[in-house]
Amino acid sequence: MGRYVIRRLLQMIPVFIGTTLLIFLMVHVLPGDPIRAMWGDKAADPAQVEALRHKFGMDKSLPMQYLDYMGNLFQGDFGETFGGRQVIDEMGEAFPVTLRLAAVALAIEMVIGIGLGAWAGLKAGKAVDTGVLIFTLIVISMPVFVLGYLARFVFADELGWLPPNVQDSTNLEQLLLPGFVLGMLSMAYVARLTRTTFAENLRADYMRTALAKGLPRRRIVGVHLLRNSLIPVVTFLGTDVGSLIGGAVVTEGIFNIQGVGNLLFKALGQREGTTIVGTVTVFVLVILLINLLVDLLYAVLDPRIRYA
Amino acid sequence: MRGAKSAKWVAMAAIVALAATACGGDGGSDSGNNDMNKGAADPNGILTAQLSEPQNPLQPANQKESQGSRVIRQVFSQLVGYEPGTGKLTYVNAESVTPNKDSSVWTVKLKPGWTFHNGEKVTAKSYVDAWNWAANTKNNQTNSSWFQDIKGYEDVHPAKGDPKADKMSGLKVVNDNEFKIELSGPVSYFAYKLGYDVWSPLPSEFYKDPKAFGDHPIGNGPYKFISWDHKKLIKVRTFKDYKGPDKPKNGGIDFKNYTTADAAYSDLRSNNLDWIEQVPTTALTNYKSDLGKRAIDQEYSAVQSIVPAFYTKQFKDIDPKVIQGLSMAIDRDTITKTVLHGSRTPADSYVARGVLGYKAGALKEQVTYDPKKAKALIEEGGGVPGNKISIQYNADQDHKPWVDAVCNSIRKATGVDCVGDSKPDFQADLNARDKHQVKSMYRGGWVLDYPVNSNFMRDLYGTTAAGNTSGYSNKEFDKLSSQADKAATLDETVKLYQQAEQVLAKDMPSIPLWFYKVNSGQSNKIYGKIPYGQDGDPIFTDIQVKKK
Repeated sequence: MGRYVIRRLLQMIPVFIGTTLLIFLMVHVLPGDPIRAMWGDKAADPAQVEALRHKFGMDKSLPMQYLDYMGNLFQGDFGETFGGRQVIDEMGEAFPVTLRLAAVALAIEMVIGIGLGAWAGLKAGKAVDTGVLIFTLIVISMPVFVLGYLARFVFADELGWLPPNVQDSTNLEQLLLPGFVLGMLSMAYVARLTRTTFAENLRADYMRTALAKGLPRRRIVGVHLLRNSLIPVVTFLGTDVGSLIGGAVVTEGIFNIQGVGNLLFKALGQREGTTIVGTVTVFVLVILLINLLVDLLYAVLDPRIRYA
Repeated sequence: MRGAKSAKWVAMAAIVALAATACGGDGGSDSGNNDMNKGAADPNGILTAQLSEPQNPLQPANQKESQGSRVIRQVFSQLVGYEPGTGKLTYVNAESVTPNKDSSVWTVKLKPGWTFHNGEKVTAKSYVDAWNWAANTKNNQTNSSWFQDIKGYEDVHPAKGDPKADKMSGLKVVNDNEFKIELSGPVSYFAYKLGYDVWSPLPSEFYKDPKAFGDHPIGNGPYKFISWDHKKLIKVRTFKDYKGPDKPKNGGIDFKNYTTADAAYSDLRSNNLDWIEQVPTTALTNYKSDLGKRAIDQEYSAVQSIVPAFYTKQFKDIDPKVIQGLSMAIDRDTITKTVLHGSRTPADSYVARGVLGYKAGALKEQVTYDPKKAKALIEEGGGVPGNKISIQYNADQDHKPWVDAVCNSIRKATGVDCVGDSKPDFQADLNARDKHQVKSMYRGGWVLDYPVNSNFMRDLYGTTAAGNTSGYSNKEFDKLSSQADKAATLDETVKLYQQAEQVLAKDMPSIPLWFYKVNSGQSNKIYGKIPYGQDGDPIFTDIQVKKK
């Protein structure tokens, strides 16, 4: 187990170097000069452009720039934005916001998704099952921005139940609407997934055994059925955490959330290499770690799985 | 699994349709019948306004984008200001700004008794030191080139290499309340430039740690800076000891951060926000019915045009008649009304409205839609080489709809083929413009720097002007504009530039399309209508908040 974890952690090093290099190159081969663009339609002053390029080390060759960047990175220095703020500060502000949002979304997704799926699975073929099927299909087929605008229009603008935007990300009430929108799609998948495994496992041998032993229904469903059915769902949820963090750009935009998606979007607009590379790198690390966690969780759920 | 029953699909379609119609419904509860003139104003009321995160530290000479400059303008006062609507000069921190005979040496007298928010006196030195610092290449201020008229600028800001001095020889402090500015040549409208935020004075506190200052600026303006909670909120409050003529009529401003226009608009409608920058494109068609009288529809001094790249084979030796013909083939009235939803007004001059020297109808038939004459003119001028033009624009902003509409109009009227040439983002667009790689024509935009007509002409079409990226050159225009700059009085300058505009009207260095408008709104917490300046931003000091 311990060796397995160490091996997985070591595998992250080449992935880390590879991603930073790729992203770094991609940002720099794009046409156009971000420093010149600070002047917009107006004429840029060449001497000042030159001085600023020097300040950000952009007058060096590309390999040198990359080495400089990596050198600083290993000393824990993620560099500065064009505005002179530390990238690490910017990330420190953005990541907790996104994590909070992702947590709300994940909670909604788990509670409603597993709940609905289990209900439909237990009543497979009945009206409830069909109802859940229709509901999830609608949700899956609706693009997230449609869902987002619609939800805001109905629940915030018209009914006034919830605030339309997020001003303070520590306020759960404000996060509820975006969390709901963000979690909706995955919630539908979770429901479908849970429903299928539930329906399948209902017919499994161990279920008959449990039933024959005379165990109460609550225990059969709550312990035996649920635990065995959760493995594929946990895999899905694990990978989904990654996309909840990274794929929230649209939702963050609609609900005015200053999270990672927004940070990245803004940085891309300004072609701010340091922020882009830094954020994506942290991203990749987070996703790798979550994948590792999910793999370890398997062993907990299913004792037959062992890591050597 | 059995096939899905058709009834299911019908039900689904019905639900989707229901949801869709809910969207089209009218605003309802908050439609703007709320009377903004009812009630009374609260002199201590705090208003909330939209702002995106400023891109740079809040140092006055470092604000190239509108967001940071919006804050700087509240915290700092300039020597002069402009009268909205006419663009006339007014004195703010200055008692007088007077030129010598040929406008090459200017004497600035300050109003006595002004202080910075930390109590330090505002003196001639506060200005001179600030300008010397900002002009210095080493200090990396994006607006450093604004000081280039001043004598000795090359010493602190050489074209190449490190600065040789840290002071411009043209700036001389006479006493606490007076200083002289010697320019490297006569500029009759120099005083007009002084209203821009670049020319702000700085307290001695600034030089101790310019970076920290950028996080918490101390100015001499109507509002005192309180705090900056990054990406959330910037707070400014009324400065009690403010001596200027524009004393705030409210208690302060909370600048709230919004990432999208949609989010801000939605908060405005629920009265969580008192002013938004611009209505989102999606709401342009119905914001007036959403907001009623609280909708704001205000022109400001900016012009959008399409510019032929004169370095291309196509336009190198073009007959101006052809460009005129292209201009007349554009149905500006219809496009501004339909495609742009009334967010622009057709241009009738190279100079935007509200700028000193703007002459209504300076361009007449050149901008009047006349397909027959357009076609005739193009034929007379020898036709468009290749019989096809393209208009370069950046796809990361909302330009595609109008570029397509303009192209359509040209194609229909003249038979000249026209396509949009989109670049993925603004950086790539600028790159192609700067490197003279535009294939045919490009989108150009210009917002005023200072409200004198020279700003819309010399800075764009002068042969050596830095803003001239099309390779346009006209000796007659250059001669007239240098004459105008040397004129003894501002009136003469303006008049000579109006003559120069007629030269441009014949030669068509660009095709002006339309002037910009602000489409915005205010919440029902605001008393009266929000007044606007010529730059498209509200005059925040004049906004009144209703008593609760």
